[in-house]
Amino acid sequence: MDASRAAILAAVRRARTEPAPLPPDDGAWPGAGDLAEGFARACAAAGGRCVRVPEAAGLEAALRALPEAARAARIYSAHPGFAGAHFAPDELAEPRRLAGLELAVLPGVLGVAESGAVWVDAGALPQRAVLWLAEHLVLALPAADLVPQLHAAYARLRFEGPGFGVFVAGPSKTADIEQSLVVGAQGPRSTTVMLVGA
Amino acid sequence: MRAALFVPCYVDQLWPEVALASADLLERFGVEVRFSPEQTCCGQPFLNAGLPAEARALAQRCAAAFEGEEPVVCPSASCAAMLRHQLPRLLGAGSAALAGRVYELCEFLVDELGVRAVGGRFPRRVGLQPGCHGVRELGLARPSERVGPDFDKVGALLASVGGLELVAAARGDECCGFGGSFSVEEPEVSCRMGLDRLAALEAAGAEVLTSTDASCLLHLRGLAERRGSALRMMHVAEILAGREPPP
Amino acid sequence: MRARRDAAAAALPEWERLRERAAAIRRHTLANLGAYLEEFERNATRLGAHVHWARDAAEHNAIVEGILRERGVRRAVKSKSMLTEECGLNAHLEARGIEVVDTDLGERIVQLRREPPSHIVLPAVHLRRQEVGALFHEHLGSAAGLDDPAELAEVARRALRAAFLGAQAGLTGVNFALAESGGLVICTNEGNADLGMTLPPLHVACLGIEKLLPRAADLAVFLRLLARSATGQAITAYSSHVHGPRPGGELHVVLVDNGRSALLADAELRGALACIRCGACLNTCPVYRRSGGHSYATPVAGPIGSVLGAAREPERHASLPFACSLCGSCREVCPVRIDLPLQLVALRGRLRGRERTPRRLALRLAAAAMARPALFEGAARLARGLLAVLPESWWRRTPWGRGRARPPLPRRSFREEWRRRGR
Repeated sequence: MDASRAAILAAVRRARTEPAPLPPDDGAWPGAGDLAEGFARACAAAGGRCVRVPEAAGLEAALRALPEAARAARIYSAHPGFAGAHFAPDELAEPRRLAGLELAVLPGVLGVAESGAVWVDAGALPQRAVLWLAEHLVLALPAADLVPQLHAAYARLRFEGPGFGVFVAGPSKTADIEQSLVVGAQGPRSTTVMLVGA
Repeated sequence: MRAALFVPCYVDQLWPEVALASADLLERFGVEVRFSPEQTCCGQPFLNAGLPAEARALAQRCAAAFEGEEPVVCPSASCAAMLRHQLPRLLGAGSAALAGRVYELCEFLVDELGVRAVGGRFPRRVGLQPGCHGVRELGLARPSERVGPDFDKVGALLASVGGLELVAAARGDECCGFGGSFSVEEPEVSCRMGLDRLAALEAAGAEVLTSTDASCLLHLRGLAERRGSALRMMHVAEILAGREPPP
Repeated sequence: MRARRDAAAAALPEWERLRERAAAIRRHTLANLGAYLEEFERNATRLGAHVHWARDAAEHNAIVEGILRERGVRRAVKSKSMLTEECGLNAHLEARGIEVVDTDLGERIVQLRREPPSHIVLPAVHLRRQEVGALFHEHLGSAAGLDDPAELAEVARRALRAAFLGAQAGLTGVNFALAESGGLVICTNEGNADLGMTLPPLHVACLGIEKLLPRAADLAVFLRLLARSATGQAITAYSSHVHGPRPGGELHVVLVDNGRSALLADAELRGALACIRCGACLNTCPVYRRSGGHSYATPVAGPIGSVLGAAREPERHASLPFACSLCGSCREVCPVRIDLPLQLVALRGRLRGRERTPRRLALRLAAAAMARPALFEGAARLARGLLAVLPESWWRRTPWGRGRARPPLPRRSFREEWRRRGR
């Protein structure tokens, strides 16, 4: 295997490509306008739902008011502002026992107005798969953490140690059968972003 | 001002009226037109057929036929693109000067002569099938794939002719399927592509079909006749020079 | 699909600037690939991943098999990876008693049908809903006659969820590997790759060596271009950034050459390595749209498939570069500005150069005739004369005349007429 590594690197180096510099950071990227407005529109375009929660204190009530929450027997929450049901650590460690998890509430780290995407630190969860096992997903995001586009987003994200971060935009979907869009392909059937302080 | 006329080989032999109309048009705008009989072919069919050595030899002859400093004007976007873009690749940097003074007919009128209105009368509904080289390599119009300001040099000239109504077809700049050797290497797909263009232009209400490339028009005309279509084909030079549609 | 891509692109006034930037970043990366590969390996290893190197498809398959066998894996789930298609991984593993379940809905459908995918992004685009219904009835036990896409997707969801929960390993492809951080970026709409990466204890990620980007910040450019070019979406539902294995789990990364370093050494064709597998070229190609994927017989189809296929296996795919009208639409939609038509013409030169056929001879004779004006005129006049007297039935047997009427022939050529007018 080390022989393969050496052979590949040698072959790559032998290629003698023309020098090509990394393009310099050549100025700002457009993306102004009302971020909350843009985010809500893009979220809807991605098949998601954006709910504005003017005060952080109103988050709990707004969550309870969601139809998915009303239907859910148990709600998993990793968000400090919402107390979900109790999940024992060994339950979280065994994904089969999470089959049929109706609703998961997770904190969003930042939101991208242009695409309706929310960055979720799945690596911080005791069970990363919750993000996809849940039938419905709710992400609570402070409106102050909205950025215009991905350039601004990556300026804020750091990748130093181990981790598993995900941009989530709308529910799971597929158009693989006759290009007919089906929502809720294999992951959550709905994604709701609670935009707090907007 | 003087200009050398570059007449594509197939125009010379199969559709000379295109070159005659081009000469008339240029002369109307005060250009003294010269034709050097030394020219034969730009070499594009051979480059595209996978024979670069043969293409190089023909390109060399072309370069020799157009020695000098006057602009070289060609009523074919694909041949103009061949000389502008492929000449330096085939013959080296020395041919860059020639490559830099080759123009397709409409871009010469608009960019070099500043023509905005051609005048005349052509009271018919005209569908423009833009040649792919013209749009995507010479910048005659905004390619539909590209994001940016809209413009169409050929369409603007046509629209300036009295009574001419330019109709817009769906998938406006999709390839007609000629593609040079493609037309005989893959004739089924080539014809299907052409028939789709004809259908789109007919659906848009065109009576006359035009293009910057007579090669595309030869392909489309052959398909239209076999199909019994009423569409009449005319090169843009013929329309702008005031010719009548064929019967 | 092309219309959706156009609409998404038009929403970003800076679209062309993004393309230019993306092309430059890929060019730079490929020009320094050795250094970036080593940087990636260093950082990925630091995070706890195991990095393997495979010279070719056989080595790749052996490495993946070895990793699975060592851990006693009998059943793995797999998400979209054109690379694993290219290497024939599924067949290799299945022949050795390891079951592989493709988890992209489209890939699962063609897997059940024992067919290869017909399109990079929409593998089952060639099938009707009724065919899928019949397939699921036969293999997944659903009711007969189901043909509603939503109901069919629900059937697949249940079946695949069981597969995820029971799998011992998850195999994925990679959209981008980040040299600076040692991370892997995997983009899906279904979320299947993510279930495959987070549920089983073992994650094996396979990628071609060209899939590198220098820094995380570069992802902004590529993620803004990728989904818009592929399907017209602003971004896929999930863009997962994997850094190291999960606690208690294992992550293996397999870097595969399989002809890529040879392509890198090829000055005319190396631009093709910039490809980010978005499928925009397939969606716009007027030829591909009228012939479908199976006529291409390559894992990747359409314009980029023709370049890669003909470059890798010239004898087998000799006709592909000629099955193109050189319209240039692919080059215009390519997010990384690959000059596909130029590469296809270069390939034609190499392929035709090796031919010894009547067609090639005829072309060379024609070129020789065109080289001298007198010869050209004489030959052309002769040809026109023959054309005028050719019987219709003979005309209709020529490749041109099969579908097109005979052109009216002018009395005189242009140069004859010009001379006649004393010019």
